[in-house]
Amino acid sequence: MRDSKRLAAQYLTMRRIRAFEDRAETMARDGKVTGAVHASVGQEGIAVGVCANLLPSDKITTTHRGHGHCIAKGTSPRAMMLELFGKAGGTSGGKGGSMHIADFSVGMLGANGVVADGLPIAVGAAQGEKLLGRDTVVCCFFGDGATNRGPFMEALNWAAVYRLPVLFVCENNSYASTTRTETVTAGPGPSARAESLGVPAFSVDGNDVAAVDELAGRLVREIRAGAGPKFIEARTYRLHGHTAADAGAYRDAREVEERWTSDPIARCAAELRRLGVPDSDITAMDEAAEREMADAVAIALAAPWPDPRTAFTDVQDVGAPV
Amino acid sequence: MSQLTYAQAAMAGLSEEMRRDPRVWALGEDLGRGGVFGQYRGLQQEFGPQRVVDTPISESTIMGAAVGAAMVGTRPVVELRFADFALCAVDEMVNQAAKARFMFGGQARVPVTIRQPVGMWRSSAAQHSQSLEAWYVHIPGLVVVMPATPADNKGLLKASIRCDDPVIYMEHKDLWGLTGEVPDDADVTVPLGQARIARDGADVTVVTWSKMVHVSLSAAAELAKRGLSVEVVDLRTLWPWDRTAVLSSVAKTGRLIVVQEAVLTCGFGAEVAATVAEEMGGQLKAPVKRLGSPRAPISYSRPLEDRVRVTVDHIVDAALTLARA
Ligand SMILES: Cc1ncc(C[n+]2csc(CCOP(=O)(O)OP(=O)(O)O)c2C)c(N)n1
Ligand SMILES: [Mg+2]
Repeated sequence: MRDSKRLAAQYLTMRRIRAFEDRAETMARDGKVTGAVHASVGQEGIAVGVCANLLPSDKITTTHRGHGHCIAKGTSPRAMMLELFGKAGGTSGGKGGSMHIADFSVGMLGANGVVADGLPIAVGAAQGEKLLGRDTVVCCFFGDGATNRGPFMEALNWAAVYRLPVLFVCENNSYASTTRTETVTAGPGPSARAESLGVPAFSVDGNDVAAVDELAGRLVREIRAGAGPKFIEARTYRLHGHTAADAGAYRDAREVEERWTSDPIARCAAELRRLGVPDSDITAMDEAAEREMADAVAIALAAPWPDPRTAFTDVQDVGAPV
Repeated sequence: MSQLTYAQAAMAGLSEEMRRDPRVWALGEDLGRGGVFGQYRGLQQEFGPQRVVDTPISESTIMGAAVGAAMVGTRPVVELRFADFALCAVDEMVNQAAKARFMFGGQARVPVTIRQPVGMWRSSAAQHSQSLEAWYVHIPGLVVVMPATPADNKGLLKASIRCDDPVIYMEHKDLWGLTGEVPDDADVTVPLGQARIARDGADVTVVTWSKMVHVSLSAAAELAKRGLSVEVVDLRTLWPWDRTAVLSSVAKTGRLIVVQEAVLTCGFGAEVAATVAEEMGGQLKAPVKRLGSPRAPISYSRPLEDRVRVTVDHIVDAALTLARA
């Protein structure tokens, strides 16, 4: 019997992510958000199901497609939207944009513009936490495309060798940019690669938030108890383009249409109804999510630009440009 | 003061910092057996395998993990073995370590010391001999340090470990056995960004760093016999570099030679030469001169290897030419 309160909270977070992503993409197409936006529409269940099992003191790293992970870990969507607009008050003061959102106050150690570079950083964060005597779990999100870069192999090997408290989460959405990942990938896939490096791997339907929640909950408990690294391969699908500017012409329209029938948010709403949650509660959550993100956009539109002098701050202490 | 080798001085500096601050740790290949040059000998016995970590041959992850560990509050000392192999971790140095603080709006600090020995040694050929310091000076966010003496290899390493910025720390492989007086006091550090006047002189300024300091000092001694007084400025830190020391020396002598072991083209010497030309072109008694390696890979065979070395003779000739101008 699934806990409807826990699931409802996860539904709300997924809806907030969706509402954020939809607006971020619209604002990118309107030219208000000037940099690339990689929305996680369709993949929200993974961010939410995993982060629901992390403590505020736990850490995460993510990728170019990281908005959902940030929101699920507790980063303020207002500060994130300001960052996308390049405005003062953004998570990085407007110096990073979508691909460099970080919020160290909630353990969000940074998105990354370089595919696979978050993995070594995550294992190092886990090693550092261990050295400092803390029982932190570090969770590292990355895409299927990242499994073809060397740091993927290095970091998994490293985590296994030092038995580090890392949860690797591969969001397998079948695409790396415009390329179907399987057409450029040998062997049976991410889980088999992880297993071959001594990291136990578990496959899950990433569009079933409750299933992700359950699996991640068990693995995070084991990792925190000292079991060493674990690997989740969450099967999912990127329902929108690679970026807001990508119409996705390389995909068959029927393929996308078919995948929309497995939208994790619609599936979660159906499950809530089945558990007896009234429609009015679900609608109220939808409205709250939309309102919150509409406010975030209004605030970002009205916000001032950063002080131009900050282009030269936080470069370095020794030999700084100003 | 103790008589220590350049390698022993670094070891003393690192172990003092590890005793002083439990957040300092070292990671790299073969460190448990002292590292390839013996510069970590005995450290794993004292500090244990959690703080002197033997790593797999995974340069990207050695560097990337250090960035992650630094961001959560530790102070890693990364050993990359050879500057040539550090190239496998350039992405992590340039895209992650150097930029995390800025890119995340000041939330991150990346206090890592990235040791990557440089330079021609003996018959080490094209992939074990390079001096690539200029690459890193070009990258905002990085500090670049190149000690020339045992005392500096202790004091600058300590200062680098205490620095909150990522520091590229380049020791010269041909200097490991060089001995010299080294302060015993664990509180003595050498400030980053301050040059050292290695020899006072009045007629020609030689600006140099790393092993070329010693070659330049030999040239200066030779030139003294020929009546030319040469001032040798050891930069010690290439970013930030001590413009004041260089400009005031050149203001005194009116003549500048920049000496580097690295390939001359786009080397750091070009930065020093251009700065002096911009700041004091009209005051120079002779055109600025740069010495460095021809733009060729480094050979294995001794006579071929010697063809790309900057020698005492090159410096003597250059100084005499400048003095006559
Ligand atoms: C090292 C590197 N190479 C190429 C890119 C360009 N790039 C950005 S995202 C992407 C596709 C990544 O695919 P995947 O890891 O599956 O993540 P997804 O976009 O599907 O979430 C590529 C090739 C990059 N950012 N970094
Ligand atoms: Mg993908």
